[in-house]
Amino acid sequence: MHIVVCVKQVPDTKIIKINPKTNTLDRRSAPAILNPYDAHAVQAAVSIREKTGGTISVLSMGPPQATAVIKKSIEIGADRGFLISDRAFAGADTLATSYALSKALEKINKEMPVDMIICGKHAIDGDTGQVGPGIARRMDIPPVTNVIEVSEVNLEEKTVLIKRKLSNGYELIQAELPCLLTVEKEINQIEYSPMPNMIKAARYEPVIWAVSDFENVDRSQLGLKGSPTIVGKMFTPPRPEGGKKIEGSVDEQVNQLMDILMEKKDVLTLQSSK
Amino acid sequence: MPEKFDVIVVGAGPAGTSCALVCAQKGLNVLLIERGEYPGSKNVMGGVLYRKQMEELIPEFWKEAPLERPVIEQRFWMMDKESVVQFGYKGLEWGVEPYNNFTVLRAQFDQWFAKKAVEAGALLINETVVTECIVENGKVIGVRTDRPNGEVYADVVVLADGVNSLLSKQLGFHKEFRPDEVALTVMEVINLPKEKINDRFNLEDNQGCTIEIFGDSTKGNLGTAFLYTNKDSLNIGVGTTLSSMIKAKLKPYDLLDYLKTHPMVRPMLAGGESAEYLAHLIPEGGYRSVPKVAGNGVVVVGDAAQLVNAIHREGSNMAMHSGLLAAETVIEAKYRGDFSESSLNLYRQKLYDSFIIKDLEKYKDATHTFENNPQYFKEYVPMMNKAMSKFFTVDGTPKRDKQKEIMKSVTSERGTIKVIQDIYRAWKAVK
Amino acid sequence: MNFDEYRGVWIFIEQNDGKIEGVSLELLGAGRKLADKLQVPLGGFLLGSGIKPLAKQVIAYGADEVYMVDHPVLKQYRTESYMQGVMLLVEKYKPEIILYGATPNGKDLASAVATDLVTGLTADTTMLDVDVDSRLLEASRPAFGGNIMATILCKKHRPQMATVRPKVMKALEPDSGKVGKIIEESIDLKEENMRTKVLQIVNDVTKKANLAEAHVIVCGGKGMGDVQNFQILYELADTIGATVGGTRDVVEAGWLPHELQIGQTGETVTPKIYFAIALSGAIQHVVGMKNSDLIIAINKDPNAPVFDVATYGIVGDALEIVPKLIQQFKQLQSEKGGEVSYAREI
Ligand SMILES: Cc1cc2nc3c(=O)[nH]c(=O)nc-3n(C[C@H](O)[C@H](O)[C@H](O)COP(=O)(O)OP(=O)(O)OC[C@H]3O[C@@H](n4cnc5c(N)ncnc54)[C@H](O)[C@@H]3O)c2cc1C
Ligand SMILES: Cc1cc2nc3c(=O)[nH]c(=O)nc-3n(C[C@H](O)[C@H](O)[C@H](O)COP(=O)(O)OP(=O)(O)OC[C@H]3O[C@@H](n4cnc5c(N)ncnc54)[C@H](O)[C@@H]3O)c2cc1C
Ligand SMILES: Nc1ncnc2c1ncn2[C@@H]1O[C@H](COP(=O)(O)O)[C@@H](O)[C@H]1O
Repeated sequence: MHIVVCVKQVPDTKIIKINPKTNTLDRRSAPAILNPYDAHAVQAAVSIREKTGGTISVLSMGPPQATAVIKKSIEIGADRGFLISDRAFAGADTLATSYALSKALEKINKEMPVDMIICGKHAIDGDTGQVGPGIARRMDIPPVTNVIEVSEVNLEEKTVLIKRKLSNGYELIQAELPCLLTVEKEINQIEYSPMPNMIKAARYEPVIWAVSDFENVDRSQLGLKGSPTIVGKMFTPPRPEGGKKIEGSVDEQVNQLMDILMEKKDVLTLQSSK
Repeated sequence: MPEKFDVIVVGAGPAGTSCALVCAQKGLNVLLIERGEYPGSKNVMGGVLYRKQMEELIPEFWKEAPLERPVIEQRFWMMDKESVVQFGYKGLEWGVEPYNNFTVLRAQFDQWFAKKAVEAGALLINETVVTECIVENGKVIGVRTDRPNGEVYADVVVLADGVNSLLSKQLGFHKEFRPDEVALTVMEVINLPKEKINDRFNLEDNQGCTIEIFGDSTKGNLGTAFLYTNKDSLNIGVGTTLSSMIKAKLKPYDLLDYLKTHPMVRPMLAGGESAEYLAHLIPEGGYRSVPKVAGNGVVVVGDAAQLVNAIHREGSNMAMHSGLLAAETVIEAKYRGDFSESSLNLYRQKLYDSFIIKDLEKYKDATHTFENNPQYFKEYVPMMNKAMSKFFTVDGTPKRDKQKEIMKSVTSERGTIKVIQDIYRAWKAVK
Repeated sequence: MNFDEYRGVWIFIEQNDGKIEGVSLELLGAGRKLADKLQVPLGGFLLGSGIKPLAKQVIAYGADEVYMVDHPVLKQYRTESYMQGVMLLVEKYKPEIILYGATPNGKDLASAVATDLVTGLTADTTMLDVDVDSRLLEASRPAFGGNIMATILCKKHRPQMATVRPKVMKALEPDSGKVGKIIEESIDLKEENMRTKVLQIVNDVTKKANLAEAHVIVCGGKGMGDVQNFQILYELADTIGATVGGTRDVVEAGWLPHELQIGQTGETVTPKIYFAIALSGAIQHVVGMKNSDLIIAINKDPNAPVFDVATYGIVGDALEIVPKLIQQFKQLQSEKGGEVSYAREI
C-alpha cells in the first residue's frame, strides 16, 4: 500500500496579527506550522499502514522552508517526503495548486504506484478545502471528503470503507482504490511521536523538485498565471451598529430585561419549578 | 537498538547550543534536545548579548544574526518616587564594527543560533523533555525523555537545562536553591513603532540604548529593573531575589505594573502595545553557589551551573563560554577515549581559569552585602535624589552652604559612622 | 473564451431525500438580487432521483428557471455522478455565476466542477455583490483567521463560482403563485461505472444539531471565570428552555465540548433570542451569531465589541445579573402555579 499525504505549511492563524493600517499579515507574529488537518492526515496514513504495511510519502508545495512540515510529518510517522518548490509555483490559488501537485503525484506514481492520497479537510490559512477534490479530478480518482473514519482497507478487492461526515450525521461509503480522502480532525488523535521518529526526522533531507523536474508541464497553468481567482480588495468587516444599553442599578437592569423577554415569551419554554 | 551518540546536549539555550555547535564542528555526533516548540520559544532574557563570546563561536555573527540594535548607550538610573538621578555613557564607537554588545529577542536569536549548530551537523530535536539521566554503575550513559521509546545513549551528557536544572539536582550536584540565591524576574515586550523609540531615546536606526534602574523600580528592594530598546519594541523587566520578594510580600507582576506606571517610566512606554509577558529565575548566588560541574560521563554548563554575574547582568556570555569550554573538554576526552569524572574535570579547571569564575569570585560578596543591607536601595537612592534636587534648585542659597546642608541631612538620616561603613562595605563587595 | 455567451445566475439546489437544504433557499434569495442587478434570469439547478416535485418550491423561493437532471444513480450525492450532471448543464446553458451552499456536499461538488471547468472558485463566502459594468461577481470572505475580509474576483474565466456559508444570506418569503420555466435534461449514467457507493446514511441528532435549530441560545464566554461559574448558564438555559453554547476560548478551556462552539470555526446560529454573556464579541465569534433576531449582551466592559452587535446591552457583572434573572423567572413560574408553560414554537 502506497499512501501519499499532501501537507501544507501555513501561518498559525491562532496567533496571527493583522496590521490594521495596511491590512496585511504581520509575518513576524505568525510562526509557520504544519496545517493541523494535514497532521491528522499523516496520522491517518500511519494508522492504515499499521494494518496494511507499505509506504507513506508526503508531498508539499511551498518555499524551501516548507521542508519543516515534511520533517514534522516524518516525526508523525511518514517514511519519506517530497517538496516542490519553484518561483513558478508562487501565487497559486487552489486550481493552480492542484495542478502543480498533480504533476508531482504523476511523477511519484510512476516510480511507485499510489493507492491512496490523503489531504486535510482544509488549510487554515485559506480555509477553502478545494485542493483535495481538485487533485482527485486531475488524477481521475474518486474523492471522498470530510472523512471521519477509515474502517476497513481491503487490498485484495482494492476497496476502502469510509465514514464521511455530513451536516447532520454521516454516511458509510465504499470506494475503489486508488482514491483521495480529505480528513476531519476527529478522525484521530495525533500521537506523541516516539524518539526514533524524532531522530529520523532531524536527519531527514526531503527530495526537492523544481518545475524543470517534471515532464509535460503547461507553465501557463502554474502559479499566479494559472490562477483564475484574484484578491480584489481587503477590508475590515463592517461593524454593525450597536443597539440600546439598559441602564440603572442591577435590579432595574434585570427588571427591564425581564420586560423585554416577556414580550418574546412565546419563544421561551418556562419550566415549572419543582 | 537505541542510537548512541558521542554527545547529548540537554537544552538549546546559549550554553547548550554553543557546546553542540563546537562539538559538531569537530565532527562529533551530537544530539541537541530542547523541550520548547523551538529553541528560544520559552527563553527569557532582558536582552543584552555580548559580542566577545559570541564572536569566538561565530566570527562576524552580526552580519547575519537576528539582532535588534547595537547598544551605543548605557544609562543607569537611581530612581525615587518622583525623580531620578542618572548617569551613563554614549559612544558612537559602539555603533560600528566590531560593536560592543547588542539587544536581542531570544525567541529569534536562539532559533537562529541553533540553526547554526544544525548546519554544523548537530541533530536538533524539539518538543522533547529530558526526564532523567540514565546512570549505570555510577556513570551517566544517556538520557530518558518523555517520548515513547525515549531512551538515547551517549559517551557524554551535557546538562544545559537552565537555572532550575532538575537534571543536575537529580544527580546530586545541586541542592535546592535558597531564596536568596535566585532572583525572580518578570518582563514584558512592548511593541512601539521605531520612530517613537528613536525619538524618545534619542537614537537613530540601528542604535540601541539600555537603562538599568535601581531604587524605586523595586520599591527599594534588592534587585533592579531594566528597559532596553529593540528595533520596534521595548523590553522592560524587573526582578528581585526571591527572599526579598517573600520578605516584602511582593507579587512580581504587581512590581512590573508599578514600574510601568511609574512617572519616570510611563512616558517612555506610552502608546505601546504589550506583546508578551515572561517570567524567569536568574541564578544570583554567584561564586558560592556554583555546584559540581563535572561527573562520570556528564558536565554542567550555563545557568544550570549558576554561572551568572548578577551585578553586571552577564549570563548569556558566561553560558556560551562555558559551553565552549565544555565542548573543548569533550573533544579532548573523545580523543583520549576517557569520559570519567577525572577526565572531564578538565572542564572545571578551564572554567576556573577563565573570566567566568574569576568574575564570580570578585563579586562573591556583593549580593550578600546588598541583601543584608537594604539601606543601599531603600535609603541611599532617595537620599541621592534629594541631594540632587537641593543642589540644582536655584533659590539664592550659596552652593557651599547647600553642600553642607546635604551632608548634614545624609549623616543625620543614617549617622556618619554608618555612612562610612556602608561605603566601605559596598566598595569591598564590588572592588 | 467568449464571455457574452455566459448569461444568468445559477444556484445549486442541494436536496437530501427530497428535502431542499435551507442554504439553497437562502442562496435563491441572495441570487435574486444579483440576477436583478445584472438583469438576467435566476436559475436553480438540481440533481437527484424523483426530484421533479421540488421544482415548484425552487420557483416559489425566487428562481425564474429550474434545470433538472433526474436519474436513479443520482439518488444519493456522490461527487462522480453529480459532477457529470452539473458539467452537462453548465456546458450547455453557460451561466455566468454559480453559487453553492458551503455544506460538505456543496463544497465537494463545486471544487470538482471548478477543476473540470478550469475556472475560479471562492470558498466560504459571507458577502456577495456584483459589479454591473464589468459583470464581475464580488465574493467576499473572511481571510487570515477572520480578522479581515477579502473580496475575490474571477476576471478571466467563466462561470464565476462561489460557495456560500449557510445562514448568512436571507431566503425570500415563498411566493406560491410565481411561475417559472422547468427544463429537464437526461443523462446516461451506469451504476457499475461508479467507483464509490453510499452504503448507509446515518442521521445522528447530536447536540450540535440542537444548537443549529435552537430558538434560544445562552452563549457564555471566558469572562464567566471558571467552569463552576459557567454552570449558572445551564441553570438559566434550563429555566427558559434554551440551549447552551460557548466561545472558542471556553471550548479550549475545556468547559464545553467542541460541538457547542459558536463562530467562524464553530457553528453559525440564528436563534430568535441570543444571550451573549461574558464574551467579548471577537469578530470570529460575531460572524457566527450576528444574524440572531434579538441579541442580549451582558459584559462588564462598556467598550466590549459585543455591544456593537447587541440589540440590548447590559454593562454589568454576569455573575450578579444572571442569578437574579434566573430568580425572576423562577418566581414568575411559581406565581403561575407551575402549571403554565409556554409552548415552544416548532
Ligand atoms: C529577565 C532576564 C534578563 C536577563 N538579561 C540578560 C542580559 O541582558 N544579558 C545576559 O547576558 N544575560 C541575561 N540574563 C541571563 C541569561 O538569560 C542566562 O544566563 C542565559 O540564558 C543562560 O543560558 P543557558 O543556555 O544556560 O540557559 P537557558 O537559556 O535557560 O536555556 C536552557 C534551555 O534548556 C531547555 N530545557 C530545560 N530543561 C530541559 C529538559 N529537561 N529537557 C529539554 N530541554 C530542557 C529550556 O527550554 C531552554 O531552552 C537574563 C535573564 C533573565 C531571566
Ligand atoms: C482563526 C480563528 C478562528 C476563531 N474562531 C472562533 C469561533 O469560531 N468562535 C469563537 O467564539 N471564537 C473564535 N476565535 C477566537 C476569538 O478571536 C476570541 O478569542 C474568542 O471569541 C474570545 O472568547 P471570549 O469572548 O469568551 O473571551 P474574552 O475575549 O476573554 O472575553 C471575555 C469577556 O468577558 C467579560 N467579562 C469578564 N468578567 C465578566 C463578568 N463577571 N461579567 C460580565 N462580563 C465579564 C470581559 O469584559 C470580556 O469582554 C477564533 C480565532 C481565530 C484566530
Ligand atoms: N501547497 C500545498 N502543498 C501540499 N498540499 C496542499 C497544498 N495546499 C493545499 N494542500 C492540501 O489540500 C488540503 C486543502 O487545502 P485548501 O484547499 O488550501 O484548504 C490541505 O489540507 C492539504 O492536504
